[in-house]
Amino acid sequence: MSEEMKFVGEGEFYSVGEAIADDKAPGGDVETRWERRKFAAKLVNPSNRRKHKVIVVGTGLAGGAAGASLAEQGYHVVQFCFQDSPRRAHSIAAQGGINAAKNYRNDGDSIYRLFYDTVKGGDFRGRESNIYRLAENSVKIIDQCVAQGVPFAREYSGLLDTRSFGGVQVQRTFYARGQTGQQLLIGAYQALSKQIDAGNVEMHARHEMLDLIIIDGRARGIVARNLVTGELSTHLGDAVVLATGGYGNVFFLSTNAKGSNTSAIWRAHRRGAYFGNPCYTQIHPTCIPRSGDHQSKLTLMSESLRNDGRIWVPKQMGDTRPPDQIPEDERDYYLERIYPAFGNLVPRDIASRAAKTVCDEGRGVGPGGQGVYLDFADAIARMGEATVREKYGNLFDMYARITSENPYQQPMRIYPAVHYTMGGLWVDYDLQTTIPGLFAAGEANFSDHGANRLGASALMQGLSDGYFVLPTVLNNYIGSNKFAPVPTDAPEVTEVETLVKDRIEKLLSIQGDRTVDSFHRELGQIMWDYCGMARNDAGLRKAISEIRHLRDEFWKRVKVPGTGAELNQSLEKANRVADFIELGELMCIDALMREESCGGHFREESQTADGEAERQDDKFSFVAAWEYGGQGRFGTVSGDPVLHQEELIFDYVHPAQRSYA
Amino acid sequence: MKLKLKIWRQKNAADAGAMVDYDLDDVSPDMSFLEMLDTLNEKLILGGDDPVAFDHDCREGICGSCGVVINGEAHGPEQTTACQLHMRAFSDGEEIVIEPWRAAPFPVIKDLVVNRSAFDRIIGAGGYITAPTGSAPEGNSTRIPKPDADEAFANATCIGCGACVAACPNGSASLFVSAKVTHLNLLPQGQPERTTRVLDMVEQMDAEGFGGCTNTGMCTVSCPKEIPFVSIANLNKEYRRAVKSGRKA
Repeated sequence: MSEEMKFVGEGEFYSVGEAIADDKAPGGDVETRWERRKFAAKLVNPSNRRKHKVIVVGTGLAGGAAGASLAEQGYHVVQFCFQDSPRRAHSIAAQGGINAAKNYRNDGDSIYRLFYDTVKGGDFRGRESNIYRLAENSVKIIDQCVAQGVPFAREYSGLLDTRSFGGVQVQRTFYARGQTGQQLLIGAYQALSKQIDAGNVEMHARHEMLDLIIIDGRARGIVARNLVTGELSTHLGDAVVLATGGYGNVFFLSTNAKGSNTSAIWRAHRRGAYFGNPCYTQIHPTCIPRSGDHQSKLTLMSESLRNDGRIWVPKQMGDTRPPDQIPEDERDYYLERIYPAFGNLVPRDIASRAAKTVCDEGRGVGPGGQGVYLDFADAIARMGEATVREKYGNLFDMYARITSENPYQQPMRIYPAVHYTMGGLWVDYDLQTTIPGLFAAGEANFSDHGANRLGASALMQGLSDGYFVLPTVLNNYIGSNKFAPVPTDAPEVTEVETLVKDRIEKLLSIQGDRTVDSFHRELGQIMWDYCGMARNDAGLRKAISEIRHLRDEFWKRVKVPGTGAELNQSLEKANRVADFIELGELMCIDALMREESCGGHFREESQTADGEAERQDDKFSFVAAWEYGGQGRFGTVSGDPVLHQEELIFDYVHPAQRSYA
Repeated sequence: MKLKLKIWRQKNAADAGAMVDYDLDDVSPDMSFLEMLDTLNEKLILGGDDPVAFDHDCREGICGSCGVVINGEAHGPEQTTACQLHMRAFSDGEEIVIEPWRAAPFPVIKDLVVNRSAFDRIIGAGGYITAPTGSAPEGNSTRIPKPDADEAFANATCIGCGACVAACPNGSASLFVSAKVTHLNLLPQGQPERTTRVLDMVEQMDAEGFGGCTNTGMCTVSCPKEIPFVSIANLNKEYRRAVKSGRKA
């Protein structure tokens, strides 16, 4: 690591440890790295595989695909999901599509171009080796899903249809109407169901992982709670895969499913797995604004609406006239004004920040002034209502259902919302965390998107990890190690079991005067205000102090009704919100340390003269891998987190400033 | 809005269960039905009562987790999921009766939460195409006429919520099974397993205790994804064809 890279010294809230490196990625030509890694990986004789048990937590695109593929290879898979069925994992809600470098359009696409776009789109905070592999696997993913019967959109010729997405200049996005995530997940779920029926996968639905068991330095099992009976059980195996999704619900309001949580990866972090880039949150500009304090989650509207809709707010502060009574010259089409070249089609982070700015100025529309207009009046005048209906009808219907407003007659209201987290457990090229035998896949790891994820890339990463990467790297891990059986009464096992039990009893015993949701909402507000679309030094310090106060309050005043020996949804939430509070603090510390702007992280102190995000490659071209500092058992602080820096090296795509003016 | 709620409360599978009355004030017409239940639960918790358990997750009408019978109708008065139903569909002062899905193969776990794992077992019996990972042929080598692809897609949109079963006087799962059989049996990739798929899935559906279909049609009326009624006719056709083929499941 170069001298400049050691810039980050001791911080007020953290200390700095040894640098960290990814020692699994082969060097040399980026095009052949994955081939060479696969060839070098150890194999396990098919007849020996059944002797090995692999624990997979989560059944979304990454977990479902991994469970199905590993079982098919012959491993004995023990799998978990908190939903009532593996088919309901949150991958199901993804709308837009999945990228693949098939070049079916002969428009100049290639694996290299998808790789290039992804490195650049991630604002040069991702790893070239991982990203190239992702682009390489994208082609096989489509083949695999077609073979499973995923009903991708087709042309009259019977060939697969594609469209362009997220401002990319080639048509590489495969889709199944607005339900691509659902169709891909159902494909993986069906493959998994076959393996469950065949007895190769032991499926535990309505179970939640509460802790990780480590023996001789390696991950060997988990403690899970049966959400119906409350029973705690210990499951031991030879490797553990966490495919548990992202942690956007730290903000309370987000486009994530209500159950999406951080517990599995956070408990693993508490046991020693480093957490990579926690502050990288993607905020999506086109969500339906909240309608009141009762709001429980936010709904995304496809970004494609920005192709034809014009975004504006009144020029005058506090203008409460209905939109049709605001004359043209009193409207501010601010994106078209500030970014004449890209107009309403600027990237997600730019559009989101601009909306926040005009609302902060007091020019927002709708309840609480937290909204901007997305107006189709011009589009309807230009191409007719019928054409608009054909193109966007389902989105307009969804909007009308939620808001009871008719978007054909008055402009829609939109506002940015938390959508995806690029951070997650730090993993090497083999998707292995800093705990040997513990792997993290999909949104649960930090690895492939850098500081910003391109549209239609999340599904690609989940399936690449699940179908193609994990089967290879798990073979290698299992083939390279010896596994002595773990006695169920080993001290490492009973210690973790006791801790999990104590924590549940503690949560039930507080019997305070505040509900779990009230804490979650308060945490979400702090995170949104100070660690949301724009962050600054003073705000982040304030957030850290408020979160610490909130954590103390939580462990004194939370009220969890019922017992631990039944279906108890308040207890489930309490367990998760306690983790969100700790993670929220680490997100703020990470954001405070990163004194640059990049991707979804906008530090107000680091911007160009015209207000654009300014990356500082000389100081911050690294992954922040955080080691748990030891916050004590129940909300007490005993140590600061330790920052380990992984230097990022760009041999192929050279960092350049983004500009959209 | 003020509401009078009558909600099915049942501590666990062994409990007899009963309807319990609740009054709820300050309901906004913009709330979703589930947000209304969240609001009730906050009140119950602070009052020292056990909150009402109900299944939910994505709250965008796609995961299929939520589902309750509202005033006798699966998912309530509009053809959508309970999470996408808003309180403006009700009037101030209205009495709303809320029950779990009612069907023997969906036993109640607690309050409004039922066990729908029978659906997973039906899929496991044959609701898939066997495609081992990593050996799939090039995607465009399998051409599929657009009308077939569209019809397969229309059936693939099933979210497995179970409303069809809850709405059916016989507690039949025919719409759910027909959607999957139609989706997969239409596609060229699904042909090798076409016969065994329908035999095995129907056999599993019967073993789970779902009732038979008598063409009542309530399933399609309550289906939030508008799976067409003709799919059931297709299921019957596929089943007859499979039986005639003489191949054993």
